[in-house]
Amino acid sequence: MLAVRDLAVRFGGVTALESVSFEVRPGSITSVIGPNGAGKTTAFNAITGYLRPTGGRVTYDGAPLTGLRPSAIARRGIVRTFQKTSVFPALSVEDNVLIGLHLRGTAGFFAVLAGRARLMAEERALTADAAALIDFVGLGHRRREAARALPYGEQRLVELAVALAARPRVLLLDEPGAGMSSSEKAVVSGLIRRVREQGVTVLLVEHDMRMVMGVSDTVIVLNGGRVIAEGAPAAIQAHPEVIRAYLGASAGSA
Amino acid sequence: MTRAGGWLLAAGALTLPLWLQSTYHLHVAIMAGIFGVLAMSLNLLLGYTGQLSLGHAAFFGIGAYTSALLTLKLDWSFWPALAAAVALAGAAGFFIGRLALKLRGAYFVLVTISFAGVISLVSVNWIELTNGPLGLPGVPAPELGPWSLRSKTAYYYLVLAAVGLSYLVCRRLVRSRIGRALVALRENEPLAESVGVDVTHYLVLAAVVSAAMAGLGGSLYAHYTRFVSPEVFLFTYTVTMVIMVVAGGKGTLAGPLVGAVLFSVLPEALRAAASWQWQMLAYGVLLVLLVFYLPRGIVPWLAGVMLGSQAPREPDSPPARR
Repeated sequence: MLAVRDLAVRFGGVTALESVSFEVRPGSITSVIGPNGAGKTTAFNAITGYLRPTGGRVTYDGAPLTGLRPSAIARRGIVRTFQKTSVFPALSVEDNVLIGLHLRGTAGFFAVLAGRARLMAEERALTADAAALIDFVGLGHRRREAARALPYGEQRLVELAVALAARPRVLLLDEPGAGMSSSEKAVVSGLIRRVREQGVTVLLVEHDMRMVMGVSDTVIVLNGGRVIAEGAPAAIQAHPEVIRAYLGASAGSA
Repeated sequence: MTRAGGWLLAAGALTLPLWLQSTYHLHVAIMAGIFGVLAMSLNLLLGYTGQLSLGHAAFFGIGAYTSALLTLKLDWSFWPALAAAVALAGAAGFFIGRLALKLRGAYFVLVTISFAGVISLVSVNWIELTNGPLGLPGVPAPELGPWSLRSKTAYYYLVLAAVGLSYLVCRRLVRSRIGRALVALRENEPLAESVGVDVTHYLVLAAVVSAAMAGLGGSLYAHYTRFVSPEVFLFTYTVTMVIMVVAGGKGTLAGPLVGAVLFSVLPEALRAAASWQWQMLAYGVLLVLLVFYLPRGIVPWLAGVMLGSQAPREPDSPPARR
């Protein structure tokens, strides 16, 4: 279980996260929502090692993650995606996913130099895994194309495939639906559900309320660097403080 | 490059001494080979990890001095001295790799330049060891069992073997998950880290292999010219390597070799054709034209032509591997 305790992040005098605590139930889809500047992405960065928190700690199955490098956190099964489209632009979709499979490979420096036959078998297995993941996100027809040549929505699917390739136990998705059409968002929601069915815990930051309310088991609401509410989607939608903080003057129209 | 073309080139390289009429031409071929090793070495860092080392001559010089000092002062024979040159240059690469980890881009460039500057100053001022600016004459020619590799033809084959070995090392690395990790760091470091690519490990690895390979080039240079002086640390050597890599095609396997051959042969050809000032002018104009019209380098351009498609002009993002 991923547990966040009293997580605090301050940039000089600005407090991005004041004291955030929550737990992500294994096998659940948990969403973090909140107005712009609520600290959602900051929380993601602090959990995954891209930002050193000024206070508090993050543990996974009891073991501390705070202070580890992002690559070390990924090795423990906690893998994130990024809010802004983040692919390896010049590389083919296949090579993108092969990099995602990095931790599945075993070839070290001397084995590579020796050119062992075992490595050829490993490369073939990884290539097959990559093809399966590319098919999973529905980009089979794009396998050999450079990632940057793909339309925006498909680049986000490449990102998802890259993250899945790292075999996450907890997958943190930072606005996977941002900038997508509603049909593309439906595809992403479907993929998120299928990922969860495979036993992966999903932690989601998303602005699209329809998507959040549609896929989440639990919703956590951040505002001003604090958790102001946590619960099932229906309860959150009715929560008076959430309506006030998140929806502001247009309260009631949610 | 197609497989048949590759074999043809290899056959040409192996029989080159038969085709070349004068020892002068063979000398140019040997220097092209040594610079081929150096350019491949720089390409590992610049082409694959995307880090520009402008102090690469330092590793070259460390290799040259190590080999020269061990053979001259401690009477080591060539082969262990060569191994020591490779090892010591690699160790220096480890040091620079660790130091530069927190510093990327322009800062990495500055660190490598400063490192080369410091090493160069040591070579000039530690006179008891290095003989200062006078340099170390009389570096022995290598021997292989009972045979001396003193002749140009023999030395050519020694250098060719080093080129082949370096190419093989680069090729195996680049086409493995290690090469993918290096390219991932070049293309998008935060994303690479998010899927578990350990930046420290792979950048230091690339720096060590690159530096060790430059050390190999340095040792070969020392035992070829039979003389080592602080000139081996000249910035010109680094610039030459960078030109070769960029013109040939950074981030490609064949690019540095193509660049090394071109920019070793070209100045010599120009020397025969024109006076010194005109040579330099022609050289400069050619460079500008190359960078302007083939920003990704000769090899990616050729690959594009052979595929029958117009190679897209994207100077800041060369293809990952070929």
